[in-house]
Amino acid sequence: MHSYWGKCLIIDLTAQKSEVRELPQSLLRNYLGGVGLGTRLLLEWAKPGTDALSPDNPLIFASSGLAGTMAPASGNHAVVTKSPLSGFVSDSVSSGHWSLSLKRAGYDAVVITGAASSPVYVFVDNEIVHFHKADHLIGQGSFQTAEAIRKHTGDDRVQVASIGPGGENMVRYACINDSYCRATRGGAGAVMGSKRLKAIAIRGTRAISAYDLRGVERASIDLYARAQAETASGHKNPRTPDNLLPINRLDALPTRNFQQSSFEQANITEEYLAANHLVKIIACPTCPAACEHLYQVVDGGPEVALDYESLAALGPLCGIDSVPAILKAVELCQFHGMDTVSTGNSIAWAMESFEKGLLTKEDTQGINLSFGNPEALVAIVESIGKRNGIGNLLAEGTKRASAKLGRGSERWAMHSKGLELAGYDPRTMKSRALRFAVGLEIQSNDCFHCGDEDIHSSSSTSLSNQEREDTAAVSNSLMICGLIHSCFSDFLSEAAHLYTLATGIHISPAELKQAGERINNLKKTLNIREGWRRSDDWLPPRLFKDPITSGKAKGAVLSDKELQAMIEGYYQSRGWTIEGLIPTVKLKALGMDDILEMAKGSWHGASLHTV
Amino acid sequence: MERRYIQCDRDKCTGCLICEFACSASKEGSFDLERSRIHVIQPTPSMIAVAVCQFCRNSPCIKACPRDALSRDEATHTLKLEKARCAGCGWCIEVCPFGAITLDESTKSVIMCDLCLDHPQPRCIEVCPQKALRLYVSKRKQSREPTGG
Repeated sequence: MHSYWGKCLIIDLTAQKSEVRELPQSLLRNYLGGVGLGTRLLLEWAKPGTDALSPDNPLIFASSGLAGTMAPASGNHAVVTKSPLSGFVSDSVSSGHWSLSLKRAGYDAVVITGAASSPVYVFVDNEIVHFHKADHLIGQGSFQTAEAIRKHTGDDRVQVASIGPGGENMVRYACINDSYCRATRGGAGAVMGSKRLKAIAIRGTRAISAYDLRGVERASIDLYARAQAETASGHKNPRTPDNLLPINRLDALPTRNFQQSSFEQANITEEYLAANHLVKIIACPTCPAACEHLYQVVDGGPEVALDYESLAALGPLCGIDSVPAILKAVELCQFHGMDTVSTGNSIAWAMESFEKGLLTKEDTQGINLSFGNPEALVAIVESIGKRNGIGNLLAEGTKRASAKLGRGSERWAMHSKGLELAGYDPRTMKSRALRFAVGLEIQSNDCFHCGDEDIHSSSSTSLSNQEREDTAAVSNSLMICGLIHSCFSDFLSEAAHLYTLATGIHISPAELKQAGERINNLKKTLNIREGWRRSDDWLPPRLFKDPITSGKAKGAVLSDKELQAMIEGYYQSRGWTIEGLIPTVKLKALGMDDILEMAKGSWHGASLHTV
Repeated sequence: MERRYIQCDRDKCTGCLICEFACSASKEGSFDLERSRIHVIQPTPSMIAVAVCQFCRNSPCIKACPRDALSRDEATHTLKLEKARCAGCGWCIEVCPFGAITLDESTKSVIMCDLCLDHPQPRCIEVCPQKALRLYVSKRKQSREPTGG
């Protein structure tokens, strides 16, 4: 098999043993890799109803057929597990040198099961797997951990994915850091923490073969050139903080915990950041676009990566306009290994609860937790990472924290299925309403483009959401970063061509599209198995009941009828029942008979709709 | 010929490794970063440099080789390796001040940059999307002796 290894490494932390299992070509062709392969393995390895933070919840890292080749921005991996926030599939995508090392070590995927009795780190040295004590690494951030492990293994090229104190303390939205590119959303870091696994270090030194090496090279270089031409023509990377002002102008910037949708002090531009805080622009392997901007709060201090969603969540959402405070908060999230979006949302929820008198200074250890207080922001991020005082409540995420506090605070807990909403107000950006409500992907790797989305209307959103989700599933499974999609003239046919050149497995654009649909149906099947109900596809009550209080969009609310219609249209376009269940004929049409077999055997198919 | 070598503008380099992929594809016919002639060194995410042969005037590698496998091609001012003589002992690797020589585990001989003399220009320079690599041509007068320093 070219480009794929056809191998999956199984690591059992309880027994501290590892084994290699074969991945058949049919499975790889059907689910491609990344999110698709990871979800397929999760379905196999997680028993129905497994608690996300129990040793039985497998933590899966999956690479793809394009990773390790020259294909542009393809050196990514997906982390798939059951989310401690939602209890459903968590499929965050990360990119960087760790992903490349995973592939070069000779595996398409790693499944981690069980839990160690005391902190460990795993060192995968090509075919050899070592288990090392990690007591000395407890309390360290990802950079310190990586440095210590490299020193221990004596090789600077060892790549390390690790959790910070947030993951160790099982903050429900902890993430796994490898360099700056993180598997951020969904709480995979908490799952890793529950297994007492501090880090996975990899040394991968193997060559990756390709079916048509020159073909891959030619196609990739052509795509690099197109990406460069786009950059030269002034096309801005959609992930950069530069999006703050356009989104603010569109009245879609969630402000003070979604009370307003525009921020009067929004004045943060990329030019300002570049002039005052930028240190370096870096790229993931084989990426010509180089989107990762590293900033420093103060000269010589730690470097932080800042994207639009982090900026929106720790800035306007908490009413903060101080750039140093926001950068400091991002730096602390990075150190503790926590998702910036969920952290910002949890703090914004606490700020509103504080202003409404539900939380007092006694609860917050004397901190004045009002909107716009930069000191409070920084102090609370730290306390969440350590689970100190109020931080212990906020570390549970807005869904659980509001359920615990009660007294109506659920109304402003801004999450869907437990996962906090990212920086776009669905009351004004209607397409996001559907996206957040049905949300099959936990982390969108494509970002907002002005003009790309008909942002204020909900018509035709249902079908376009299905198509967008399917393309995203292809992209996150082939592991072509969503941020360089714009340099493909026809994504599906060019991606199919690249895939065929790399793997030698012929796939047509239509088949690739169907693979995307298959992967999304698989995710949904797994979610249904884990207790998904029609009522889970919904948005927080604030968006329907509390009109936006100022700005051009003043008075705007989301109509539940409109959302209902969008959701029904979406189910229809997917070929699902009105209740959002998948008819068995649909699974058969997608060639998912093996899933139906599994449903009969281990989980009795009780949750699948049989038509 | 004057001394030439590949130079990297560290401000422009993003650490994307495309040079390594293209080098190994061109020289080895596979995506084998271990056997690339150019290596990106990134001790911290914001600190990036490349290691590639600088064709030093005093050539410590030539001096260190106990089997006289390395010599300088005066016509092109590049290094010549006589594979049959190289036993992969690694002395040249030890003395190289730039960490630019690597050992090919499978053939037990060393590999280093040859400036892609069979191409119009080095492959890494051609593909670098950031235009961070260039061929530096030394203006200093060439010393005739490889031991000249």
